[in-house]
Amino acid sequence: MADPMKIRAKAEANGVVDVKVLFSHEMETGQRKDASGKLVPAHFIQNVTASYQGRTVLNAQWGPAVSKNPFLNFRFKGNKGDKVQITWLDNKGDTRTDEAVIG
Amino acid sequence: MDASRRKVLKAGGSAALFGALVAAGFFKPEEARAAAADWNKAAFSGKTMAETLKAMGANNPAQSNAITITGPDIAENGAVVPVTVQTTLPKAEAIAILVEKNPNMLAASFDLPAGTEPLVGTRVKMGQTSNVYALVKADGKYYTAVKEIKVTLGGCGG
Repeated sequence: MADPMKIRAKAEANGVVDVKVLFSHEMETGQRKDASGKLVPAHFIQNVTASYQGRTVLNAQWGPAVSKNPFLNFRFKGNKGDKVQITWLDNKGDTRTDEAVIG
Repeated sequence: MDASRRKVLKAGGSAALFGALVAAGFFKPEEARAAAADWNKAAFSGKTMAETLKAMGANNPAQSNAITITGPDIAENGAVVPVTVQTTLPKAEAIAILVEKNPNMLAASFDLPAGTEPLVGTRVKMGQTSNVYALVKADGKYYTAVKEIKVTLGGCGG
């Protein structure tokens, strides 16, 4: 199974939650050649979804130009103590969900 | 152990697991199809700005000063260029980041439901010095802003 995401979700004074996520993923473009000159196949996260209290707070589509071990920052209305879930799905069908408590 | 749990656990690998979850009723089939298939291949394959914008349904976006692109003027490492886009346009519903000189221009797009701030930050690969465009969909219309980012070491690994 893929390595876990690191999620930091911080409640700010005005009811806004700031989320920073560090994903663990090769984000291979499919254009790089390995040491023997062969093209390394594309392998990258295509979809990212963030959920809070059963609703989607972010829905993203990514291409291979997102950097390796992607970083994501977004902000939404939410409360300390609740949880936020992040799910990614890549072009090979691999997927992972992690969650964090909003602190 | 009930049969549907056993089926899910046996499935193991992810694509099969996803299918098993659908069969076990964890996802409605139409949600599964939407979740698995909702990736705008035409937009991500676009080789020109016009082609990419058309695939996104964003013909002739208007230039806007209400969109801010934050990023380095000079990126030392084109593999990891931090870019943040935010906007004060009302009813902003989507933000996309495009790198003009990349082989495929669209790097990422984000849908912002109500209650989510119109701000996204990420890191993108840039093959060379290029204009970076932010595309914002607000109140059903498209707007754009641009920032040039110089790259000293290109990031596409070629």
